[in-house]
This record gives sequence, structure tokens and C-alpha cells, in this order.
Amino acid sequence: MRHTLAVLVENKYGVLARVAGLFSRRGFNIDSLAVGTTEDPTLSRMTIIVNGDDHVLEQVMKQLNKLIDVIRVIDLGSEEFVERELALIKVNADANNRAEIIQIVDIFRARIIDVASKSLTIEVTGDVEKIKAIQTLLKPFGIKELARTGIVALNRGSKSP
Amino acid sequence: MTGKAERMTGARAFVECLYRENVEIIFGYPGGVLLPIYDELYDAHLHHLLVRHEQAAVHAAEGYARATGKVGVCLATSGPGATNLVTGIANAYMDSIPMVAFTGQVPSSMLGNDAFQEADITGITMPITKHNYLVQDVKDLPRIIKEAFHIASTGRPGPVLVDIPKDITTDELDFVYPDTVELRGYKPTFKGNAQQVKRAASVLKGAKRPVIYAGGGVIGSEASKELLAFAEKLKAPVTTTLTGIGGFPNDNELYLGMPGMHGTKYANYAIQESDVLIAVGVRFDDRVTGKTTSFAPNAKVIHIDIDPAEISKIIKVDVPIVGDAKQILGSLVDQVSECDTKEWLDKIATWKRDFPLFYVNRDDVIKPQYILEQISEVCPDAIIVTEVGQHQMWAAQYFNYKEPRTFISSGGLGTMGYGFPAAIGAKLGRPDKIVVDVSGDGSFQMNSQEMATIVQNNIPIIIAIFNNGYLGMVRQWQALFFEHRYSHTTIENSVDFVKLAEAYGAMGIRVTKPSEVKAAIEKAVEANGPVLIDFVIEREENVSPMVPAGAAINEILDLEDTQ
Ligand SMILES: Cc1ncc(C[n+]2csc(CCOP(=O)(O)OP(=O)(O)O)c2C)c(N)n1
Ligand SMILES: [Mg+2]
Repeated sequence: MRHTLAVLVENKYGVLARVAGLFSRRGFNIDSLAVGTTEDPTLSRMTIIVNGDDHVLEQVMKQLNKLIDVIRVIDLGSEEFVERELALIKVNADANNRAEIIQIVDIFRARIIDVASKSLTIEVTGDVEKIKAIQTLLKPFGIKELARTGIVALNRGSKSP
Repeated sequence: MTGKAERMTGARAFVECLYRENVEIIFGYPGGVLLPIYDELYDAHLHHLLVRHEQAAVHAAEGYARATGKVGVCLATSGPGATNLVTGIANAYMDSIPMVAFTGQVPSSMLGNDAFQEADITGITMPITKHNYLVQDVKDLPRIIKEAFHIASTGRPGPVLVDIPKDITTDELDFVYPDTVELRGYKPTFKGNAQQVKRAASVLKGAKRPVIYAGGGVIGSEASKELLAFAEKLKAPVTTTLTGIGGFPNDNELYLGMPGMHGTKYANYAIQESDVLIAVGVRFDDRVTGKTTSFAPNAKVIHIDIDPAEISKIIKVDVPIVGDAKQILGSLVDQVSECDTKEWLDKIATWKRDFPLFYVNRDDVIKPQYILEQISEVCPDAIIVTEVGQHQMWAAQYFNYKEPRTFISSGGLGTMGYGFPAAIGAKLGRPDKIVVDVSGDGSFQMNSQEMATIVQNNIPIIIAIFNNGYLGMVRQWQALFFEHRYSHTTIENSVDFVKLAEAYGAMGIRVTKPSEVKAAIEKAVEANGPVLIDFVIEREENVSPMVPAGAAINEILDLEDTQ
């Protein structure tokens, strides 16, 4: 089972190491982890995707809560939420296939952010499925490099947990 | 905030903070980056005990904490001084003992450059501390120290490390000690949920075969009176884990002894047949549960613990109650009434009669169990501190403990070399008590240099070496599971322990006959100084009974006949 956790932590040195260390030491698998500051500069938000059954999820949440620098742990799976990831994809392109690639980019409402004689760099935002899909379609042209931010997520509606 | 801010150096502030935390003693060892702090300690109103190895400082701090219930404090220099603390910090973490460890660090400007005696001690200790700090600004020092003591001693206790770069100790600040701690990420639950307490009471209502399984949390939260009242009201038998020993009077008829691998048969049988298991301040350690899938198979489990992460970590719990054991037992006792346990207690009495702890005493060779019975007789109120191995298990089985904080042993980590320094800390915390380090010939050699510390400071400790010439516990496993192939476990004739004691200026006594055991203990007590007794014991005595690793705990065997 895939779980999306929002973890609010003190924006201090060493916090990422504490969280990452906890996961590796207790044998929890992280699928994706994204960190950034929030509306409150003293807080960072981590979005962590973990795989595991309910017992694992319960332990992950409790162990995270034990870290002094962790302020809140929210299981976004228990409510409605939105999640997005951004990927940059550098794909082989020349005069012959450039148009075809641009078509794919348009369909996915992605953007071309760099053009070179032999490549295009594409920015795409979406959920995991969408990024997977565009990757599949671009693969035949030859993906030279790919970078993903990791997923970030918020719960739906006006309430802030 | 109290009073007017006074301008001072970080080193001076460090000492002021320790005063504010009512620290009476710190265990430490100096070094380059600690010079400004040690200069302040030169005339501070604080007892500083100079050990001979930093590992001893951290174990002594833990022994002090366990004997007194206060926070233990140790201090070591950067690099090797700090890394020498690691085992002891891990030990305190595993057994949830309140401790603050201070380390010196290279100057901030040199951090990260592999400076002389630099070690990333906050990185190293992240997984073995409850929390740790690298002080980055001298202005933060009082707040950090306040937080460190607060975190170490509240919730589930544990070690906190504070790493102080040298420049922080010479920088100046306007010293104000904060009155309160503001930690938005740290709000331990103290009071048990009333609804859950009620649920527990209703589960207990129909119990016919209840068992109370109590651990270190009972000692940590000073809940032994409440535990006794609770057990007596319910008429339920009590088993205490290695770290819970002393939490329930051993001579009470409801007492079952220790559960698990080297527990009593009747404690294990009782757990296995129980219908309600009330687990208090325990974490279902594998040495207790054996095979978890067959642990207490018919029991509804009530689990009282301060740490929510312990609930259902190993065993599925029916009624969790998160909070302080003393508080929860105190409120639970008012909501329960006597269970109908007459038949159950009769059955347990039969088990106790049919399957007692036993050993075969001899008059030509000293049996280790006999020594413990004699210590129990000569100094019944002593604090027993142990090393790790067979002697530790015998100390858990054959001494009659009546009060909390009288048995101090490395449980979760199982650290050889722990006992002697921990005994030093215990003695300094409880100078009124006789303190005996029940030691093995192997373990003692891991920190024997501390003989110098106890002689220099005239600290009266009785070191009782159970000298079998073996790394006995490992030898026992080799005998049982590796066809007696004693690979690298023979350590006979390591050293003449009596001469070793004498070389340090301590009293040394060698005992080779059972008839001399009692007199030697009496002589050591009389001496009231550093004494080492070298008890030459039966070499291949096994700890019995025993649950083989991975078996269910009722599959417990007598080992006497394997000899
Ligand atoms: C630091 C450390 N190293 C290794 C072990 C593994 N170990 C457990 S018991 C034991 C033997 C202890 O020998 P001794 O102190 O003589 O006690 P005995 O079992 O003979 O009573 C060993 C090596 C340990 N627990 N701690
Ligand atoms: Mg030995």
C-alpha cells in the first residue's frame, strides 16, 4: 500500500538527516521525499511517500512523531488531497522529429524550456501517472536525462491541518 | 526569566546551567577543546569525578541515574573522547535512562574540515539519542541545556547529547536561564486516557488468569507502590523483566520472578496460560517473548506505556493506555476489584513447587548461585550492579530484591564492561548503600582501569568476580548448540585479579572454597573501601532454565543435566 505523509518539521539543520536516518534504520522504504519551506519560515514541509501495510504506516507515523523536531505528521490518505510532481526531461530531437515531440508536449500541457540543436528540455507537472505516461511516449526519441522533484501534496478544501 | 542578566563566557554559563539543574555530580575526562570548561570546573561547587576512560564516565552517569532517578551527566572531549561515549549512550537509549552527555567540539570555524580531533558526534549519535544538539551560538547555550535536561527526564526518558564547539565556551553572553521549555514538537502524554482506563478495568472484571508483566517503566516512573497495590487488589501474580527487577518485592507471594529466556518456568507458564496480560512499562523484548506468534496465545493484552510507538510494535494490543505508569496504575487501582483468582494462584503455587529455580550445591567447588545467596544474606539491602553474561543472569535469579533501584544491569544492549563503572555512579548517588558489582572475569577486564578511580577517590565498592575462566555465556551456547567447540571463549589465567587489585592499592581476596564465601563477603563489607573478591567458581556451570532462541517461552528446559 502506498501512503502519502505530510510531515511538518522545524526548519533547522540536521532535520532531514534525522528523518532519513529513521527510515533507513527501521527498514521503512521511502518511494519519494520532497522538502521545502512553508508559509511559516520556521517550518519545513516534507512530503513522504512510503510503501507498507497498516502496521508499517502506524510505526512510521509514531516513530516520526517521536523526533523532537517533528511537529506534525498527517496521513493524507485519510482525507481528500491533491498531489503533484514536476519533472524535467531532456530528449533527443532534431529537425525531423521536433514537431512530433512538440505535439506530445502540447497534449500533456507540458512546456519546452530549452531548445538546442540536438535536444529539447521539457518541463511537465502532474501526478505520478501523468509523468509516467509522457516518459513512455518520449522514450522512443531517446531520453538523455531526467530529473524529478518528488511529490508534494496538500489536502483539499480550505482547512489547513 | 529570573534576575538580571550577567555577562559571562560560555564555559561559565555551562557551569551555571548545571547549578540551575541541581546537578550534584558529573563524570568526565578532559581534553584540548574542554580547557575553558575544565578551568571553570576547577573551583565550581560541583563534584566532578575523573574516570580513566570516557566509557566509564557515561556508564557511571547511567549507574547514578538508575540508582537515584535523577539525570546522569557526563562530559568528554571532542573526537576520541566523544566516540568513547558511544556505547554508553546506546546503552542508556536502549534502557530508557535519563542522561545528558556533553562533548567538546572543535571550533565552529573548523567544523567539517577534518580538524584535529574532530568527529561528527551529533551525526554518530543520532540513532542512539532521544535528541541531540550542536551549539551554534553561545546565546543558545542556556536554552539548549534546559531543553536537554527536560527531554532526557520527561516522557520516555533517554540520553540527550549536547556538542559544544570550543569557541562557544569562550564567547560571551548575557546569561539568563529560561524558566520554561517551549518545544512545539515535544508534548509527551502523561495522563492516561480515562476511557481507556475504563476499558482496561472492564476487561479485568472477568479475568480468571491475569498476569502482570512489569518492566523498566515501573522503575522509571516510580510506580512500584502503585504496582503492589494494583496486584494485591486484583490478586494477580507479577513477573518483572530484567530492567523491572526490584519493581515488585521478590518475597511477595504474588511474585513470579523474571520471564523469558532465563526466567522462571512458572513465570513463563503463567504468561502462556494467562487470559489477561497487563503489560506495564515494557517493550516485549525478544528475550522475554521468545517466539512472538506463540506468546501469551490466549490473553487479552492491556499495555500501559509512556511511548505510543511501543503499542502494538511487537504484539497486538487489545487495550493500549499511553501515559505514565504511576499515574495510570494509580487510577486503575480505584476502578478494579478483586478477581476470582483462587484456582489460578493455586495452580501457580503448584508450578512453583514442581518447577522451582534450582541448582545443585557442592562443598568442593563454589557454585555461582550460592555466592549470590550469601551476598543476599550478608547485605540484603545492597545495590547489585552487574556486567553481562552468566553471572548477570544468576544475579537476576538468586538475589532477593525488595526495592526499586537496587538492581542495575545493562538490559537492551547487553554491554560487557558496564557494571563496574555503573557501580561507581550508583555508589556516588547512594553513598548510604552497599554497592556490589557482580562481575565476570571477561567483563571486568573491559573496564578494569577504573580501579584507579575508586582507589584515588576511596569509593567503597565490592567487586565480586565470578571467575570461571570463560566468556561463560558464549561458552554455554557453544556447549548447547555448537557441540562444545569452545572457539575463542577460554580466558583462564588472564591475570591474577588479587594482585591486580593490590597493584592499584585496593584490597584483593581470593576465594576458592564454598566454606570461605560468606566470610569473604563479610570482610569486604567490613573493609568499607575498594575491594575485589576473586571467586573461583565451577567453570562449566550453565544458566538454567533456558528457552532456546526462537522457541515459545513454555518450551523451557533445565540445563543442570547437560553437565
Ligand atoms: C561488549 C560486549 N562484547 C561482547 C559481548 C558478547 N558476550 C555476551 S556474554 C559474553 C561473555 C561474558 O563473559 P564473562 O564476563 O566472563 O561472564 P560469564 O558469562 O562468564 O559469567 C560475551 C562475550 C557482549 N555482551 N558485550
Ligand atoms: Mg567468565
